[in-house]
Amino acid sequence: MSAQQASASAAGTAPLDVAAIRGDFPILHQQVNGYPLAYLDNAASYQRPRQVIEAITHYYTHDHANVHRGVHVLSQRATDAQEAGREAARRLLNAAERAEIVFTRGTTEAINLVAYALRESLRPGDEILISQMEHHSNIVPWQLACQRTGARLNVVPINARGELELDEFHRRLNARTRLVAMAHVSNALGTVNPVAEITAAAHARGIPVLLDGAQAIAHRKVDVQALGCDFYAFSGHKMCGPTGIGVLYGRREWLERLPPFQGGGDMILSVSFDHTEYNELPYKFEAGTPDVAGAVGLGAAIGYLEGIGLDAIAAHEDALLEHATRAVSALPGVRIIGEAAEKAGVLSFDIEGIHPHDLGTVLDHQGVAIRAGHHCAMPVMDFFHVAGTARASFAFYNTHEEIEQLVAALGVARRMLA
Amino acid sequence: MPAETPSLASLYRQTVLEHGRQPHNLRPMSHPDHLASADNPLCGDRITLYLQEREGILSDVSFEGRGCAISLASASMLTDIVCGLSPGEARRLAASVVETLGSGKGGLPGELAALGEVHAYPARIRCATLAWKTLDAALDGAGRPAGTA
Repeated sequence: MSAQQASASAAGTAPLDVAAIRGDFPILHQQVNGYPLAYLDNAASYQRPRQVIEAITHYYTHDHANVHRGVHVLSQRATDAQEAGREAARRLLNAAERAEIVFTRGTTEAINLVAYALRESLRPGDEILISQMEHHSNIVPWQLACQRTGARLNVVPINARGELELDEFHRRLNARTRLVAMAHVSNALGTVNPVAEITAAAHARGIPVLLDGAQAIAHRKVDVQALGCDFYAFSGHKMCGPTGIGVLYGRREWLERLPPFQGGGDMILSVSFDHTEYNELPYKFEAGTPDVAGAVGLGAAIGYLEGIGLDAIAAHEDALLEHATRAVSALPGVRIIGEAAEKAGVLSFDIEGIHPHDLGTVLDHQGVAIRAGHHCAMPVMDFFHVAGTARASFAFYNTHEEIEQLVAALGVARRMLA
Repeated sequence: MPAETPSLASLYRQTVLEHGRQPHNLRPMSHPDHLASADNPLCGDRITLYLQEREGILSDVSFEGRGCAISLASASMLTDIVCGLSPGEARRLAASVVETLGSGKGGLPGELAALGEVHAYPARIRCATLAWKTLDAALDGAGRPAGTA
């Protein structure tokens, strides 16, 4: 039994037929610099199966018009197609109702939406509680809100393994905390945060919780009702969907309470120069003509992931991560950045004497695509005293052979640069 | 291998690797006549360049920072090449070096010729140009942060 099968059966799921899955991804079948492409930069963006590409092509070939505008057939089809994408997102998150799914351009816009809308109720001395492992997109929107209101950021530190200091989290939760905003999974470290415990503790004090799910959504089953979170944000392109579309889940009571984000068409019921009445949820937060094709592609991506099964995906990726961690750790001079007890899909590391940028170039020359840099998480890099790391990140379509290709390429880089 | 992709050895020449491992003049300067800092937003690297001027000539040049082999080698070579030039000559040279590193057309002074293939790696051009753009900013006198695009 292979490590992959052992891990899959331990999770009670059948192992993935990765060869068949890879057949769905045209982009994976190419040579880069004379080597088969090993795409290990999934934390930055996933690739798309032809089912998603074809859904978008079909939509533009047959069904496109503006939504909620016309009484004609195409407008109705476009509206239905967008709402089908919304329903798929509701199902994926197990949200209570479709009205709680707001389409955005991605995770970043989703977080900015909440930060903007919450701004009106923030007062000097109020606190937003985030963590030291956040992506810049879950730091800067809150800094902007703080600058305009006199509120301040309270940052929960991480430990040397890259885990949230839970004691510190509980200690920092206080009467001034207006929101807890945390990553579900860290993009730079792979750490899976104990988000159910975080949410329960915040709710015990009546504090709402926003979870940045960008790095979690394609790796783990997410149930917003079981988690109890008030907001959950994710991006389509990090789960096989298109770029330019994402989702903000918000519990109805919160979406009703918050003021609109952008003004324009579609988000109104009636407009006069004296008064504008806002549309119902979720359209109150969706000004302007939406990315309908994006919603169609997102729906297709969700259907594709559901067809494979998120439990089977998690089991396969955990086996890949275990394999990669073991093999890369065994190389001389390697330091793994982020060794949390629970991780998903990300292996960040540093090789003594080699800058990650040089490593990235030498790996690319051998067909291996990784990310080198600060991963939009500069405070994490500061904590570990590195300018950046090399990061290999895995998806369900990656193979154990690709990990061997990574390890061999790292050997070449060491001989050349170290 | 596609013809337009040069070999790795042409990017990481021995001269570049040596400068990258043991950069020349990697030290702070206590009272520089000119200085500027710049970031490479792609990787979070940062460089600070210090220049001393005596009778219209750059008499001492040093830098501090962290970076990849390409950016450290480029900065290290800069400190060797620029020393002895007038500020005006240094600025004209910086403009020409930035242009040549990006286009691959034209000659590069001294050991910098070893970076002549960097134009074939578009993502790495800014690593090679960072120090030279910082030099221009330092001698511009305005103390503004150097652009790194």
